[in-house]
Amino acid sequence: MQKPFYFKIFLVAALLLGGNIFAKENNHPVEESKGSLKAEIKEFIGHHLLDSHDFTLYTVDEEKNEHVGFPLPVILWDNGLKVFSSSKFHHGASVAEVDGNYYALNHGKIVKTDAEGTISYDEHHHATNEKPLDFSITKNVVFILLVAILMFFMFTKMAKSYKNSALPKGMGRLLEPVVLYIRDDIAIPNIGKKHYKRYMSYLLTVFFFIWIINLLGLTPLGVNVTNNIAVTLALALLTYLITTFTANKNYWKHIFWMPDVPVFMKLVLAPIELLGTIIKPFSLMIRLYANITAGHVVLMSILGMMFIFKNWIGSPLSFGLAFALSLLELLVAALQAYIFTMLSALYFGSAVEEHHDH
Amino acid sequence: MDKLIEQFSFGLFFWQLLLFVGLLLLLRKFAWKPILNAVEDREDGIKNALEAAENAKREMQNLQADNDKLLKEARAEREAMLKEAREIKEKMISDSKEQAQAEGDKIIKQAQAAIESEKKAALADIKNQVGNLSVEIAEKVIKEQLSDKDKQLKLVENLLGDIKLN
Repeated sequence: MQKPFYFKIFLVAALLLGGNIFAKENNHPVEESKGSLKAEIKEFIGHHLLDSHDFTLYTVDEEKNEHVGFPLPVILWDNGLKVFSSSKFHHGASVAEVDGNYYALNHGKIVKTDAEGTISYDEHHHATNEKPLDFSITKNVVFILLVAILMFFMFTKMAKSYKNSALPKGMGRLLEPVVLYIRDDIAIPNIGKKHYKRYMSYLLTVFFFIWIINLLGLTPLGVNVTNNIAVTLALALLTYLITTFTANKNYWKHIFWMPDVPVFMKLVLAPIELLGTIIKPFSLMIRLYANITAGHVVLMSILGMMFIFKNWIGSPLSFGLAFALSLLELLVAALQAYIFTMLSALYFGSAVEEHHDH
Repeated sequence: MDKLIEQFSFGLFFWQLLLFVGLLLLLRKFAWKPILNAVEDREDGIKNALEAAENAKREMQNLQADNDKLLKEARAEREAMLKEAREIKEKMISDSKEQAQAEGDKIIKQAQAAIESEKKAALADIKNQVGNLSVEIAEKVIKEQLSDKDKQLKLVENLLGDIKLN
């Protein structure tokens, strides 16, 4: 069971990664000057890491502003709800006019401007223009939605396969070992047999969500959702809220009035422990964000090197390196999902730990 | 850090939170609970089946032990019965032997007694006959010898010698 499962994943990943590299090779305009090429690669990576208001599959010609993809709805709250298509921005080339207000794209962010699209900057190169609250369905939001729908169908299908027989079929057979692993090796050892059931839904959802979305980030579409601090913040916040709201008396006692230490130490420890409750989910947020971002930056830099070398030794070398790194990123995709789930379970476990004598 | 805050998109945060919580609630109802329950039921089923099998095995062992015990008891009983029968047989044989011996002895004794009494009777008879004979002889002798005094005496002497021999 285990071996073919991993093999399938490997096969799928290899195909996708092959496509990834191929796609990048195709859509990247090669220029003669190496200096500007480097700058362009850097910009491309920076662009890749950012969220986008359009779903761009690939760029045909940067100069002529030709892109293949489709626009997404922009939803703004600026003295009332403003909904319009992102095609109005023409990939950042023009200013969108809605109800007499003008909006422009500045590094992937929507800012309010005048009719000419003037953007003023402060000394740190930050736009000083007014920023409306942006609830747009961006590329990442579309991907989150897609993953949510995918997961919903995957797991309801899996649930259905249990109705006819105790042994799962198809999807269930593939996913059951993972579900059981999360239950038996993450939830039960960290939370304990008594309370783990309450947290299973969250742990399973968060694990599969991060894993699948990380894996999809490695596909040619290259939408890496988890390298957005907003996404990891939302996940970490949920872990924090669940920990805080399900915590028992013993947990709070250990934070505010640590037992079995002198009173002076109790007073010192209380603020540290309280800060610790915030730092724990904060570390979750940063870890996931940083790992995925770093992976993507390094992978794309190595891919970019292929175009800088442009010879028979350097390019295959960087191709091989990128391939090896892609495999590593596959591991990281699962590993980060595992770590996030594992640590969440650990925090939940500390929240429901029963009192015992030290 | 500055860049992180700059990059932070509230919209994305909002959608992520909304979609994720929605997904969580939907999956909890339609997927995780049925899946985990099914798996747990299955595990319980397996556990129960294993326990039942274990119990059945133990029961079988008990039965086997009982059977063995019964068999052993039966064997012991048979052994005892055979032994008793053998004893009875031996006793009967020895009893009858003794009885036969006693009977034999008795018959022998009776026979001996009979022989003794016959012998006595015969002796008595002989004595009587000898007496009679001697008387007859004496009569004859006396009748014959009365004519010859020497002969008479010799005869008496001879007769007496004969009697002594008896």
